Amino acid sequence: MKFGKVLFVAAAAASVMTAAAQAGTLEDVKARGELQCGVATPLPGFANPNADNVWEGLDVDVCRAVAAAVFGDPMKVKITPTTSKERFTVLQSGEIDMLARNTTWTFSRDVNLGFEFVGVNYYDGQGFLVNKSLGVTSATELDGASVCVQTGTTTELNLADYFRAQGMKYETVPIATAEEGAKVYDEGRCDVYTTDASGLYSLRSVLAVPADQVVLPEIISKEPLGPLVRHGDQQWGDIARWTLNTMIIAEELGVTSANIDEMTSSNNPEILRLLGVEGNMGEQLGLDSKWAYNVIKTVGNYGESFKTNLTDTLNIERGINAQWKDGGLLYAPPMR
Amino acid sequence: MSLTEQQYAPGEHPDLPAPLGEAGLIAWFKKRLFSSIGNTILTIITLYFLYDVLSTVIFWTLTGATFVGETKADCTLGGACWLVIGDRFHQFMYGLYPKTEYWRPNLTFVLMILAIIPVLFDKIPHRGKFLLFSTLFPFIAFFLLSGGLGMETVDSSDWGGLLLTLVLGVTGIVASFPIGIVLALGRRSNMPIVRTLCVCFIEFVRGVPLITILFMASNMLPLFLPEGVNFDKLLRALIGVALFSSAYMAEVIRGGLQAIPKGQFEGADAMGLSYWQSMRLIILPQALRIVIPGIVNTFIGLYKDTTLVSIIGLFDLIGIGQVAVADVKWRGLAPETYVFIALLFFISCFSMSRYSLWLENKLHTGHKR
Repeated sequence: MKFGKVLFVAAAAASVMTAAAQAGTLEDVKARGELQCGVATPLPGFANPNADNVWEGLDVDVCRAVAAAVFGDPMKVKITPTTSKERFTVLQSGEIDMLARNTTWTFSRDVNLGFEFVGVNYYDGQGFLVNKSLGVTSATELDGASVCVQTGTTTELNLADYFRAQGMKYETVPIATAEEGAKVYDEGRCDVYTTDASGLYSLRSVLAVPADQVVLPEIISKEPLGPLVRHGDQQWGDIARWTLNTMIIAEELGVTSANIDEMTSSNNPEILRLLGVEGNMGEQLGLDSKWAYNVIKTVGNYGESFKTNLTDTLNIERGINAQWKDGGLLYAPPMR
Repeated sequence: MSLTEQQYAPGEHPDLPAPLGEAGLIAWFKKRLFSSIGNTILTIITLYFLYDVLSTVIFWTLTGATFVGETKADCTLGGACWLVIGDRFHQFMYGLYPKTEYWRPNLTFVLMILAIIPVLFDKIPHRGKFLLFSTLFPFIAFFLLSGGLGMETVDSSDWGGLLLTLVLGVTGIVASFPIGIVLALGRRSNMPIVRTLCVCFIEFVRGVPLITILFMASNMLPLFLPEGVNFDKLLRALIGVALFSSAYMAEVIRGGLQAIPKGQFEGADAMGLSYWQSMRLIILPQALRIVIPGIVNTFIGLYKDTTLVSIIGLFDLIGIGQVAVADVKWRGLAPETYVFIALLFFISCFSMSRYSLWLENKLHTGHKR
């Protein structure tokens, strides 16, 4: 009762104060002096604080890149861990400016919930993990296998659909959590483990002999994970989108955090435009002309981020997350 | 004059010590554990199981455990790998609190002990002055932890680990006790509006799980507020926890009030005491004493319930445990992490229950059976 009153007064006071600042997220962020970015509650490789209390991960790097683009400093970001249930609310309510929380880009989230996905920073999808000793090289050879699967998930439904479409039989070994799954699989109670590919790689690193395990090439569902912002602020959406694209383009052009200073005297016009030596792309976004330079210099390109966060730690291969030139799906529109 | 010489059979003299096998350790073993063949078999089986379990536990936690090393690869002995606790110890204690500012939570903790002692024990010299400090402590603690006035401000989202658990638990306990008393008195009040309000509040809050309240606080509340306004997430959780536990506290205290004979109320009235005087001097001291076990029960329950905040993205002990488990350097060390957290909880909860026993014994006048 009393609490409600306090709430009301505080809300009324704050709404007067923020009424003028509603216009642009960029102005809000600049005025605040830091970006507020939502990430996953601990998820290996994607977002987790290290022992020095600094957040690390592929998703965290997207947050840091946007902070670098706006402020030139990747540390000017307040990382907010969000659970899968509250992530959309905190973005809608303005507690955070953007969400980089391995969220699958779907129609209903994009259209119905009023968000704008600004790209894909990890192409995930459901895959299969088997022991090499099984001698299986393709998921189509899995007829009659016993499959470990988390119950009550879409994973289970995808699995049923896939095996039915292939005309194969299988036996379910239900598991509740990833930790339990690792134990069950290690004990040999199931031949195959299925979940999203990123989860399979992270599971593999906990197994007794990771080198004996292989992820089969078939991916049976589409899970494009990407950062998102609120609908309605096109400028802010553009900043987030092109910050992510910058990281991808930089890798494609071979610009890394190490060689970026030599690259400013490159004779490739696209690199010069990217690094702000020519053109006024930063200005068009409402940012400094060296915005992309700061992103690459301080956070690195997509490949560098992928390597430190996923390959070096969890042995996740690039796979479909390779550049389009290398047969992957990463394809950023040209910077011109 | 001589006393009649009494004859005793050898070994039967009453002044002799009891024969071996009738008293002492051996007799105890013989009587309790090996009195018949059936009991002997049961004893041996039980001992075997005890040995089996204890040796595994001791091997895992101590003899086979690794205490010194740098990475998970150093844990080769087959038991627990306690290195993860050492590596992340500061996070278990302070969460993501800035490393240079650790003296602030430390100082707050010391002050908290100083503030709690005069509340718990009444034989302290100058107790009144100390109690004044205890009342001021919440404000000092808030200022110390969150900063301001020249100190670096630390956002409450960086508080974590044991620090956050203590903040939640202690605030919940301290707030729920007085609110609970007021609600309990309100529920027994003769004033219809007060009574109805209290009944509605208690029944509503008791009717929903704590997790729902926390979800409401973290998910729904922000949507009702205008865009750009946000309430501190920790504050929302704190209010939720405090309101939840005060409803339970109210019912525990009402149980104590029911147990006071009507004569006590009438006696207080006859003395010409006002309502508040009679409550403060006559009724509550008796009622609260009766329900000490219930109150401490609620406190302990509340303290453990604070772990639920990890599902709204706060890094309490459980939340920070998940952070440690998700560290790729320490993958698969969930048992070690959770055993350590359980130990921390056990220490806190066990101390609370011991204190309550001590307090009951001290106040047992007239009721002890």
